[in-house]
Amino acid sequence: MKQFLEGAAAIGRTVALCRPGVICAYPITPQTHIVEELATIVANGELNAEFINVESEHSAASCVLGAIATGVRAYSSTSSQGLLLMAEVLFNIAGLRLPVVMCCVNRAVSAPINIWNDQQDIMVLRDAGIILLFAEDIQEACDLHIQAFKIAEDHSVMLPVIVNIDGFILSHGHEPVELPDQQLVDKFLPRYSPLYKLDPSNPMTFGALVGPEWYLETRYAIQQTMNNEVKKKIKDVSEEFTNLFNRTSFGLYEKYQIDDAETAYVTFGSIAGPIKDAVDELRVKGEKVGLLRIICYRPFPQEEVAKILSRLKKIIVVEKDVSLGATGALYQDVVTSLYIELQKGNGKNTPKVTGYICGLGGRDVSIDDIEELYYTGELVSSKFVSVKEENLGNFLMK
Amino acid sequence: MFAKIILPAATGLNNKTGSWRSGKRPKFLQKNCTGCRMCYLSCPEGCISGSKKTYNADFDYCKGCGICVQICPVSDIIMEDE
Repeated sequence: MKQFLEGAAAIGRTVALCRPGVICAYPITPQTHIVEELATIVANGELNAEFINVESEHSAASCVLGAIATGVRAYSSTSSQGLLLMAEVLFNIAGLRLPVVMCCVNRAVSAPINIWNDQQDIMVLRDAGIILLFAEDIQEACDLHIQAFKIAEDHSVMLPVIVNIDGFILSHGHEPVELPDQQLVDKFLPRYSPLYKLDPSNPMTFGALVGPEWYLETRYAIQQTMNNEVKKKIKDVSEEFTNLFNRTSFGLYEKYQIDDAETAYVTFGSIAGPIKDAVDELRVKGEKVGLLRIICYRPFPQEEVAKILSRLKKIIVVEKDVSLGATGALYQDVVTSLYIELQKGNGKNTPKVTGYICGLGGRDVSIDDIEELYYTGELVSSKFVSVKEENLGNFLMK
Repeated sequence: MFAKIILPAATGLNNKTGSWRSGKRPKFLQKNCTGCRMCYLSCPEGCISGSKKTYNADFDYCKGCGICVQICPVSDIIMEDE
């Protein structure tokens, strides 16, 4: 049965269905409602878990690191500045191969302080060895959480997963959501069984110092796992989810109207919604246009993306993040993927790839804005959409 | 794929860190010792063991820092050259 729920509440309830043993988070806008919901569920005795209050995000991440090292399923969530404060610990969680699942409610990064949505925060953790999934809507945010535990905790993977949802748009927006039955989730998601755990009756050393003769292999192992086991596991888990829950889960990416397209948008996150509307409107006008929505951003499905995009004429990358001094992060991945395949001799055609930065700090992006990107013939790599010239000047706001 | 970074407990014991020291080492006189355990508690290497008038350092791990000498309230430990 579908319920009309706020995104954060729906995610909180979904996480409770996954039966984490330890939940630890520090409140930060716009993530707060998720842990509020979970705190309520634990306080009401509906979930047998430790809800640990801490004094900072650094402590919250450290707490779930310690918890999961003892062999219990652990969950946390955060946003923006909180994610940056967790950054050091998140590298540790990935390096120690601990399958923590987290939600990052994407929000702009200070300064200037801004609590609204964009995806600059998670891009800081892009290279940490964390599996990054991006949801388009609230239902998918819930579904990806259930799958995230299964992907992370698989013995061939053992890496943390962060499910990314756009702040306010998905965290505070309301949608009809179908929450699965507990029995079904239990069937899909067995208890966490660690490969190794901290246990006084069988002591082990976690996190020992390694020198130059060992460190490189730790990164090689994560890279190999990301590119092989993780991609395979995400495909398998999404298929299994689709069959068991009777609801489509797309896996690494979603193709929308792209099979006969000549131009394609490429994006991730909730902005895929208005882009799909723009694609529909352009299709009515007879334009051959589609969308490739990346769900799994790390590991990046390089070969698949290149295969889908290399036969097109034009690619429009739309993203809510920017690597200041370079281009958008997704733009780099798309261009790199195409170029690697081109070098291999796969595909003679090189599509024109244009890149647009939009929606930073919560700036609205309309369907018209997106349609306009299709019609401009410009070749740009990181053009900011809807820049207000009147906001620029020499510092002083009059 | 994993790198072998999780170890059985206490593998550090194989690493005899006392193999190079400050050039000096503590000598436990074992005469005026009151058994206050301050040397045992203060040793950063945790390599002092024993009880009243039997305390001594394990020189496989002692770094010769001299903290035990400084802390001993009855000056029953002295530093001597190797």
